[in-house]
Amino acid sequence: MTANPDELSASEIAQAVAGRKLSALGVTEAALARIAKHDSALNSFTDVTAERARASAKAIDAAIAAGKSPGPLAGVPFAVKNLFDVQGLPTRAGSKINRDRKLSSRDATLIERMEAAGAVLVGALNMGEYAYDFTGENVHDGPSRNPHDATRMTGGSSGGSGAAVGGRLVPLALGSDTNGSIRVPSSFCGIFGLKPTYGRLSRARSFPFVASFDHLGPFARNVGDLALAYDAMQGPDADDAACSTRAVEPVSGLLAQDIGGLRVAIAGGYFQKNVFPEAVEAVARVAKALDATRTIEIPEAARARAAAYVISTTEGASLHLDRLRTRPNDFDPAVRDRLLAGAMVPAPLVDRAQKFRRWYRAQVLEIFKSVDVIIAPATPSVAPKLGQVTFSLDGVELPVRANIGIHTQPISFIGLPVVAVPIPLQPMPIGVQIIAAPWREDIALRVAHALERMGVAAAPRPKEF
Amino acid sequence: MAADPLDDYIDAVGKALALPIEDAWRPAVKANLEVSLRLARLVDEFPLPDETEPASVFAA
Repeated sequence: MTANPDELSASEIAQAVAGRKLSALGVTEAALARIAKHDSALNSFTDVTAERARASAKAIDAAIAAGKSPGPLAGVPFAVKNLFDVQGLPTRAGSKINRDRKLSSRDATLIERMEAAGAVLVGALNMGEYAYDFTGENVHDGPSRNPHDATRMTGGSSGGSGAAVGGRLVPLALGSDTNGSIRVPSSFCGIFGLKPTYGRLSRARSFPFVASFDHLGPFARNVGDLALAYDAMQGPDADDAACSTRAVEPVSGLLAQDIGGLRVAIAGGYFQKNVFPEAVEAVARVAKALDATRTIEIPEAARARAAAYVISTTEGASLHLDRLRTRPNDFDPAVRDRLLAGAMVPAPLVDRAQKFRRWYRAQVLEIFKSVDVIIAPATPSVAPKLGQVTFSLDGVELPVRANIGIHTQPISFIGLPVVAVPIPLQPMPIGVQIIAAPWREDIALRVAHALERMGVAAAPRPKEF
Repeated sequence: MAADPLDDYIDAVGKALALPIEDAWRPAVKANLEVSLRLARLVDEFPLPDETEPASVFAA
């Protein structure tokens, strides 16, 4: 029986291609056909690199025919948020301005590593302008649309990544997370996302936002695929000043390890405020499945979120200062106005935010002496409607944009590894953060895998794809 | 009514940094700056030891 690549996971595709049950070219053509058929509804792709993908796939098929090992991601189609450099494309980073950049001469490190493992790049994905976004909306390219309800947000800023994986156009995508931009689209689109430890994966040749907090990472519809992609991308890289020199620590072989000995706690206080009933329900399901009864308080989480906000707006302003002077009318006005304000925050306040970060890190590392995993909501609610400005919680109107990332920001602020796991509530899914100590992606992924095996976490199939 | 000092501040910093701020953008810039300063105040009022190192990343 010939397998249908539309229905296969990344690991199943790699096995079928390596075993010559499927050709990499056939898998690639199937992915390109899915994109052609469905992306008009999702608006997730801004560039489809069809010719490059076909050439890569043919090279993989030729290598297999010649008896060479094709790699653990043989023939697996993937796509990247359009802030990754892709050779021959301008790295637009969701902006109009960057379209005038010279064409990239070399791929981002993570694309090179995915392709070295046999994966096939099929395109670049929609995103919020310059990654300063939690909605997945984009004034230049139009919004990416939620695969479970096209009238709703994907979440940002890696919105196209969430839509393309959740909408089953590709089994794997890459995105970036500065304050929540992997975890938020994972939550809204009902997929798994990994934000690794700060410094774990190279950011070389990706367009930055906030150097202090920028992370890159993968999205997938199951934990095994997430781990496969993560393993393929690990390793030092002198081209990223923040990239760790730690040796590669593969996790794929560890996923099935028993989690019975792990100490799991629920994040209380700040993380239980400003949440809608669906977020409460999702965290409760995870807590019950993991027998987590202990609640811990992460001290000063609200201040951590405030400090993350200050550092983000000022480092972002610094990055874009010259573009603000020369091309202010070519920005999304909302992004421009936030960046202009960021340029005006006095320097001592930014320095204090970085000093607070050091203090807060020490406090949270202390917690990890008696806890292995912390669970917290990924978003306060399921995906809001596109264009929605406020939501009502307990009779109080709250601004949507300002509140989507309130539970993710205090975590990425100190670079902790997190797996966002999708809880398949009806009619819309929502994510939960599985948070571990620095460099313990293995623990977060093992817990996510256990939740998946128990049927608590799962990427639901959209009705239309 | 006296002018809001934040408007003067926006004018001064805008000029010092050569940032163009059109009248139509000013309310949104000001609103964003008010949010940033409110959140920065939350950090500012938290006492830290003088010896606290910032957490920015650098290795010689």
